[in-house]
Amino acid sequence: MVLNKIEKLIEKYENGETTLKEEAQLKDYFSQETVAPHLQHYKAMFNYFSFNQQETFTKQLPLKTKTKFNYKWLSVAAVIALMVGFYFNQNETITEQDKQDYEKAKSYLQLVSQTLNKGTKQVEYLTAINQAGKQVNYLKEMNNPIERIYK
Amino acid sequence: MTQTEFLNTVMPFKDKVFRLAKRLLVSKEEAEDATQEVLLKLWRNKGKISDYKNVEAFSMTMTKNFCLDKLKSKQAQNLKIVHSNYQDHKVALQKQVELNDSMSWIAKIIEDLPEQQKMVIQLRDIEQYDFDEIAKMLDMKPTAIRVALSRARKTIREQLTKTHSYGVK
Repeated sequence: MVLNKIEKLIEKYENGETTLKEEAQLKDYFSQETVAPHLQHYKAMFNYFSFNQQETFTKQLPLKTKTKFNYKWLSVAAVIALMVGFYFNQNETITEQDKQDYEKAKSYLQLVSQTLNKGTKQVEYLTAINQAGKQVNYLKEMNNPIERIYK
Repeated sequence: MTQTEFLNTVMPFKDKVFRLAKRLLVSKEEAEDATQEVLLKLWRNKGKISDYKNVEAFSMTMTKNFCLDKLKSKQAQNLKIVHSNYQDHKVALQKQVELNDSMSWIAKIIEDLPEQQKMVIQLRDIEQYDFDEIAKMLDMKPTAIRVALSRARKTIREQLTKTHSYGVK
């Protein structure tokens, strides 16, 4: 390319008047090995621009699709659970047979407790023996003077 | 919109979002975080994506706003220690050695430009958007963009010629 034209383009470039096409031409020119010595510093500039174009973003993006918890379905499930519970509860009514069984068991238990009470009354006099034992305890005190005498 | 559909719409410009964020925030990690944030925001509002006329321009605007907010909050947080009469020559020399490479010189020059010029240079010279698109993204008039672009380009060139002729003239 003619040097003259490049110089003109550069002037336009510095005034911010070049189009993208013209800027591409400049970039092309300065990507050559040899450029006019008085334009050397532009080479660094354009090289820097094209070099910077290659930098990429390498970090991984943590894109998570949050599945929103649907509370509607929770309430539906709760209602179903309640209804099932009521349904099974109704089945458990107390029948006549159950009542009879209950009374029978009650009378048996009463019988057992009555006989037990009788037994305890009979054994009650044993407390009298305990009292007598306490009264006899003072005999030990008599032992003390006897031992002294022996000495 | 499914995940693959979303990725297909986002894929073509996610690098551009990242580069713009990096241009403004400088640090690569922060730029990555910003990009992620912007894309996730899009993903969360994926139901509205079809309403947007131009998803790409919309995302670039979002990125711009996000990064500028970030910079603002950073400036508010940091306490600046200003020492006008003190200069550490050693550090300066070290930096010069590091920046000898002309690539990093240009990065440094662009870093020192005002935010608006940075964005214009990034969108025009690196991403090659046309003026109408940039006008939409940055909410600026095309003439204002031209002016900012021209200023930025001239500053870069001036700084570069300065460093190139350093020690020669």
